[in-house]
Amino acid sequence: MEILGHYNYWVAIALMMLGLYLVIARGNLIKKLVGLNIFQTAVFLLYITVSKVAGGTAAILKEGYTLYSNPLPSVLILTAIVVAVSTTAVALAIIVRIKHAYGTIEDDDIMARDGDP
Amino acid sequence: MIAAHLPALQIVIPLISAPLCAIIPSGRIAWLLATLVSWIALAMAAALLAEVTANGPLDYAMGGWAAPWGIAYHVDRLGALVLVIVAGIGALVCLAFYHSIAREMTADRQPLFYTAYLLALSGMLGIAITGDAFNLYVFLEIASLASYTLVALGPDRRALAAAFQYLILGTIGATFILIGIGLLYMMTGTLNMADLAARLPELMDSRPVRAAFAFIVVGAGLKLALFPLHWWLPNAYTHAPSVVSAFLAGTATKVGVLILLRFVFTVFGVVFAFGVMPLGEILTGLGMIAILFGSLAAIFQDNLKRMLAFSSIAQIGYIVLGVGLNNLNGLIAGLVHLFNHAAMKTALFLALAAVFYRIGAVDLASIRGLGRRMPYTMAGFVIAGASLVGVPLTVGFVSKWYLLLAAIEAGRWSVVVVVVFGSLLALIYTLRVIEAAYFQPSPDDAGEIREAPLAMLAPLMALAAACLYFGIDTGLTVGVAKVAALGLLGGYQ
Amino acid sequence: MNEHVVLRVVTKALIPFILLFGLYVQTHGDYGPGGGFQAGVIFASAFILYGLIFGIGATRRVFPSRLLLLLAALGLLMFAGVGVAALVMGGNYLEYAVFAEDSVFGNHIGIWLVELGVGLTVSSVMVTIFITFAGFGSVSGDTR
Repeated sequence: MEILGHYNYWVAIALMMLGLYLVIARGNLIKKLVGLNIFQTAVFLLYITVSKVAGGTAAILKEGYTLYSNPLPSVLILTAIVVAVSTTAVALAIIVRIKHAYGTIEDDDIMARDGDP
Repeated sequence: MIAAHLPALQIVIPLISAPLCAIIPSGRIAWLLATLVSWIALAMAAALLAEVTANGPLDYAMGGWAAPWGIAYHVDRLGALVLVIVAGIGALVCLAFYHSIAREMTADRQPLFYTAYLLALSGMLGIAITGDAFNLYVFLEIASLASYTLVALGPDRRALAAAFQYLILGTIGATFILIGIGLLYMMTGTLNMADLAARLPELMDSRPVRAAFAFIVVGAGLKLALFPLHWWLPNAYTHAPSVVSAFLAGTATKVGVLILLRFVFTVFGVVFAFGVMPLGEILTGLGMIAILFGSLAAIFQDNLKRMLAFSSIAQIGYIVLGVGLNNLNGLIAGLVHLFNHAAMKTALFLALAAVFYRIGAVDLASIRGLGRRMPYTMAGFVIAGASLVGVPLTVGFVSKWYLLLAAIEAGRWSVVVVVVFGSLLALIYTLRVIEAAYFQPSPDDAGEIREAPLAMLAPLMALAAACLYFGIDTGLTVGVAKVAALGLLGGYQ
Repeated sequence: MNEHVVLRVVTKALIPFILLFGLYVQTHGDYGPGGGFQAGVIFASAFILYGLIFGIGATRRVFPSRLLLLLAALGLLMFAGVGVAALVMGGNYLEYAVFAEDSVFGNHIGIWLVELGVGLTVSSVMVTIFITFAGFGSVSGDTR
């Protein structure tokens, strides 16, 4: 089993699990959002490390080069990064409004205060 | 020329109107644009459904690049059915927006509300029409982000916490789908669904493909609120603006079911999904638990929107149960229930929106005696509620009938018991509302209450009429569902 | 930030170069790393730097929020409009090859216009996000 050869997958999976753990285990809304971001970034890493071909160069046609890295995952991940940025922006806007309305961003306190709307 | 480019125009017209709505200064004109565009989208969806039912699936190459290198739109019967459902719900709910949004939102925010609504509409239409896996993820995220924004615009502050929870869970679900698509791309080198369907059968035994399947099913399950991944739904539907709940209840989970069906049947195929992987047992089991849990939880709710939200979880359990039984009748039941549940639930939420518009509250104590003061609204509620229970001559009965047929055919008597018991539970919570509205005296401090305005009543009456009409004349809905189901079971077509 | 003379002077000197670099990245998307999204973010970072050093009020005077909304909508309409233009000229939606007789040149024009729209939208949205969040700074209760 080539454990060391697949180190890029191990790194990506480890980051994914760390991010997911942060989302579940932390009560502060900003920390949840940070965990979500780490999770999404790890997924991007997974895609991009797959696109690199050993010995390949950047995907721009030039004489003398025959082996190119795969450019498609980079393009897909660019779109996914834009999606992640938009999600973070919407989440931050909601968190700011929550802070306005509740005075706190710990979700235990938010649920405790919802007894009196 | 228009007919040849209809698949592209179906998405482009709502998508172009969204930024146009953002720069329009007046709320009323923005509403007019949004309503016009929604009805045009419905006309186009109906045309696509007619075309596809008559002549078979339609392909459209975006940018002139042929598949599998380019992004291809592929309209088959299932996709066209969901297009009509989403566009139809959007067009009807837009009429109710006129009064409700004008009251609930300040004048400078209204155009931005319609922008978010149009983006959600175009995202969901895009999910139904695309034939490329990554394009599906992009449209899914467009629709989801717009939905989070729509939910966060609710009247009280609990809408914000509900929207945040929806955002976190929805993004995790979409990212799981992204991981699944990435693993599929790694193994096959393509993103086009037709190409994936052709290349996956020989890779069935490899671990990444099985992992991809698992990730995609869990991600889609989060989006369609399958038990136990349903936790975002009650809060989101309860605290969102009432008309937004009506729109999302009829579209968001249906599109989630479409994503599941697309990947399970079209990309992976029945042999892999139900033979190699235990999807049938999982979906059947979770569907049964969802029916029981959702209906039981709905009985104990006092807030009517929360009650309907839990009822939605139960109804999604019915759809998933139909899919999981893995025979033709079950799949027909699931697909027909997509249409029926959209009609029923949107009608119920529109009735609650009208009630909220007039009396400002939607709990059981406040609606006492409302049957006499708002007769048409409550009549619509009763008809849609009867559909929910599955009374013969309503659409709900059609779906339950096919589901029972499928369960008997598969020899699963436990499923028959659960479906019948679920209907009885639905009867209990529907009767609670009817009893409060018709058989109790109005509260003493209730002021003068008039019937809901026509713009909110018309879509409610139209949907209630649809519940009755398509329950009696089942030819159209069952016909389309049957052909779509045959197509799904036959693999990519 | 009146005391931070070094910051103010260096910022004023750097902003034109940042904007120039943003333009370079925008136009060189097909020859090297670049394109609409990256260039939009670099453009926005120049204005955000200005806002950080000179205050939100100054940034709002440069970019009133109505103008930002208009630019964002305009960028998206430009993208979609290029596709519709391709439809009108006889090809499929977003088929840039029909813009000129030589399909490579047609693709070049189409991609250039589309990336311009993307850059416009992305930069105005990023500046809007910054201005919106920075504008909340005067809310009471966030010194916990």
